[in-house]
Amino acid sequence: MPSTVALTVARYRPERESEPTFQTYEIPFRKDWVVLDALNHVKDELDGSLSFRWSCRMGVCGSCGMKVNGTPKLTCATFLSDYVPAPIRVEPLDYFPVVRDLVVDLTDFMRKLKQVKPWIIRTEEKPPAEGEYLQTPDQLDTYKQFSMCINCMLCYSACPIYGLEPSFIGPAAIALAQRYNMDSRDEGAAERLKILSEHDGIWQCTFVGECTKVCPKHVDPAGAIQQYKLTGATRWVKSLLLPWGTR
Amino acid sequence: MGRITPLLWLLFSAGGTVAALLFPVHLVLTGLAFPLGWLEAPSYEFLHRLLTHPMIRLYLFVLISLPLFHWAHRFRYTLYDGLQLKHLTELIAVLCYGVAFLGTAMTAYLLWNIP
Repeated sequence: MPSTVALTVARYRPERESEPTFQTYEIPFRKDWVVLDALNHVKDELDGSLSFRWSCRMGVCGSCGMKVNGTPKLTCATFLSDYVPAPIRVEPLDYFPVVRDLVVDLTDFMRKLKQVKPWIIRTEEKPPAEGEYLQTPDQLDTYKQFSMCINCMLCYSACPIYGLEPSFIGPAAIALAQRYNMDSRDEGAAERLKILSEHDGIWQCTFVGECTKVCPKHVDPAGAIQQYKLTGATRWVKSLLLPWGTR
Repeated sequence: MGRITPLLWLLFSAGGTVAALLFPVHLVLTGLAFPLGWLEAPSYEFLHRLLTHPMIRLYLFVLISLPLFHWAHRFRYTLYDGLQLKHLTELIAVLCYGVAFLGTAMTAYLLWNIP
C-alpha cells in the first residue's frame, strides 16, 4: 500500500473564478480513513479555504454526499482503501447548483420534499388523553425501509431524468411520500396522489434504477416509485370504469 | 398524452412481466430443447391442431402484443431521453405506439384467420 494518495478536489470560488477548476492535494494514506477524513485533513493541514458539508461522520445526517470518482457517495462511508493506488477525485453532486467548492444548493430538493407532505396527515386528531396511535410490527415493516431515507440527495445526483427534467419531483421525495402513504396512522394518501400523479411526479420516472443503486441506506426509491405507479394506474382504471365513484 | 400515461404504463409493465416470465420458456423450448434433441419436437400437425383452440390463440395474442407495447414504451424513452430528441416527442410517441398497435392488429388478424 502507498504512503500517500493524490486527492483531486473540485474547486469553485465564485469571487475568484467563473468556472469550476480542480486542485490536487497529496495526502497521507491511512487504511482506516474515509474520503471525508481526507477532506478534513486538507481543510485542517493543507488548505483552510476548502468548503464542504459534513456533520455526523456516521451515515446518519446525510450532509456529506459528493461524487467520488464519478459516483454519488456518502464520503463518510467511502474508504480510501477502496480506490488506492488510483487517484481519488471528489466533486459536488450532479444537477444541483454549486454554491462553493463541494457545497451544493439544496433549495430545489427542500421545496420538492415539502410538496409531497412527508408527515402524518389525519383527518381528525384524537386527543392526547386517548393515548398513542398503536401499530403492529407488521404494519411498521410495510414502510420501514422507506423511512430510512436521510435526505442525502445521492439519488437525485444519480438520476438521469432529474438531470434532463429539473421539474421532476425525484426519487427521495416520492419514496418519502410512499413512506407516509403506507403508514397505518396516515390518512393523506389521496392528497399526495393528487400531487404525485401529475406529469412531474411518478410518470416522469422511466425506471432507470440508478437511485436504488446509489442509496446508502437501501431505501429502494425506484421500487417505491413503481409501487406508486401501480396505485396511480389502478386509480386511473377505477376512475374510467366508475367515473362517479372517485370524485 | 398525459391523460393516457397510466394506460401506457400498465401495458408497459404487463408486457415486461409477460416477456420476463414466458419468453424464456419459449426460447429454451424452441431455441435449445427441440433443436438439440433434449425433447422430442412436436410435429407440425400437432402444433396446428393446438392453434385451433381459442385459448391458445388468446395466449399467443397476449404473448406477442403486450411485449410490443413494452418495447414501444421503453424505446420511446430511449429515443426521447437517450438521444435527447425532446422536440420530436409527439412524433416518437406516435411512431413507437403505432408500431406496437400495428403489430397487435396484425397478430390478431393472423391468429383469427388460421384455418
